[in-house]
Amino acid sequence: MSTPVAASGSIAPAGSTRPRVVEARDLSLTFTTADGPVFALAHVDLDVAEGEFVSFIGPSGCGKTTLLRIVADLEQATSGSITVNGLAPAEARQARQYGYVFQAPALYPWRTVEQNVVLPLEIMGFAAQERAERAAHNLALVNLSGFAKKYPWQLSGGMQQRASIARALAFDPKLLLMDEPFGALDEMVRDNLNLQLLRLWRETGKTVLFVTHSILEAAFLSTQIVVMSPRPGRVIDIIRCGFPRERGLDIRESAEFLTVAHRVREGLRAGHSDDE
Amino acid sequence: MTGTRRRLPPAGHLLPVATLLAVLLVVWYVACLPMNAVVAEPRLRETDGSLAERLRISWSLERAVLPAPHQIAEEVWRTVFTVLPTKPRSLLYHCWITLSSTLLGFLMGSVLGIGLAIAIVHVRTLDKSLMPWIIASQTIPILAVAPMVIVVLGSIGLTGLVPKSIISTYLCFFPVTIGMVKGLTSPEIMQLDLMRTYNASAGQVLQKLRWPASLPFLFASLKVAIAIALVGAIVGELPTGAQAGIGARLLNGSYYGQTTQIWAALVAASVMAAGLVAGVGFAERVTGRMLGGRP
Repeated sequence: MSTPVAASGSIAPAGSTRPRVVEARDLSLTFTTADGPVFALAHVDLDVAEGEFVSFIGPSGCGKTTLLRIVADLEQATSGSITVNGLAPAEARQARQYGYVFQAPALYPWRTVEQNVVLPLEIMGFAAQERAERAAHNLALVNLSGFAKKYPWQLSGGMQQRASIARALAFDPKLLLMDEPFGALDEMVRDNLNLQLLRLWRETGKTVLFVTHSILEAAFLSTQIVVMSPRPGRVIDIIRCGFPRERGLDIRESAEFLTVAHRVREGLRAGHSDDE
Repeated sequence: MTGTRRRLPPAGHLLPVATLLAVLLVVWYVACLPMNAVVAEPRLRETDGSLAERLRISWSLERAVLPAPHQIAEEVWRTVFTVLPTKPRSLLYHCWITLSSTLLGFLMGSVLGIGLAIAIVHVRTLDKSLMPWIIASQTIPILAVAPMVIVVLGSIGLTGLVPKSIISTYLCFFPVTIGMVKGLTSPEIMQLDLMRTYNASAGQVLQKLRWPASLPFLFASLKVAIAIALVGAIVGELPTGAQAGIGARLLNGSYYGQTTQIWAALVAASVMAAGLVAGVGFAERVTGRMLGGRP
């Protein structure tokens, strides 16, 4: 195996005093398979400050989802260190400090939209009154107020994914982990959901870690873009975007936006050429 | 998934069913001639031997090898509607004996089957250690085990309903365990990961995810289980000297050459089996509707 190119770099703006939400040092994860080891992640350094929107972009197998799953304690790193809100990932998970949005909505088909949204609240032991209030509040946040009593199969794909976002927000975690949440949706729906997500991020002030395949999506949403490359999965570039928090789809035509998108594309190309 | 899709217009349903039934009846009536030839022979000699006489006699023999359908219908009518259900001469009396032990065995078997499945899903070592025994238990022919169970339990003073139910239990826990292990492990990785991100306990995962996800598998298993619970109850009635129940009617019938009685008992057993399976199907539809099933 070639020596991985470890691009370290502080994601947090220089001189920032905001507390670190995620801090990873020399993080590696190697899967042992029948065909030999798979280096899912190699020597990744990462810092995410509170309130940031960080996108992870790269081709399949670059470890972006794996990185998110390590933060969520759904996978465990084989070496290196990582803290989530200053805790080990397992402790952070036990303290229910993050909400996770999967690639698919993963709604439970036997529950109505409202019952799906209150699922984490039931598990965490919230009172019925509080559950109902939070369901109403979060469904309103994702514009699904009229659909509380519907079952998942009665909703479109985009609405289902919005319901799953409301579910992740229901217990008000400060950190939101999103694994290609809009990957399966068409472009129009995706644009619309990106705008809604941006508004939600502005209004709630949450920290978001967001995995995506789409350069446009990453550049439009993020304060930071982490460009990753496969075999071994590693960080090859970190790009800051200085767009105003209040922004519309039209910024995608600005020169500044195109510069960012270009740099992401260059990074992806550089990572890819390693293979040949 | 639910009944609505299966509900064809009556005419579309009725014609094929009626045609098949008519063909079966014709075959049956014709088959009565060769099947009963030997028994009918002495009485035939007293007649002119015409086809009409031959048919009349073959279809009205008291101890026919193959009784005609109308004879079976008469027997069912006589033993169901003209005798009080509390009397041992009533078919309903025997149906109830068998039905009660079927239901008790079904209940015990389902609880046992579900319990085993929950244990197997949660304790990894049980999957390896218990499963071979569970499968082996079903390779033993029940006809060989049933008399032993009845005799052993009888020797410790357990007679009547319970030993028969235990045979039903023995038969019907198996499909429930197999189906429920499949059902309880049916949730997708993502749905399980979601529970993990909530730091849910194993009990909560069972209650809120595994159990509801397993219900379609449960009902499929229960349909098989209730039908074989009935078989178990009937088999359980055979070795006891056959005092009461559908099994007793079958055994008695064969002792005394009362084929009509055997056939009537078989009719009763199949009506009961159909009713029981339909009952489970009804419970399935009600549950499906409560859980937001797609119509």
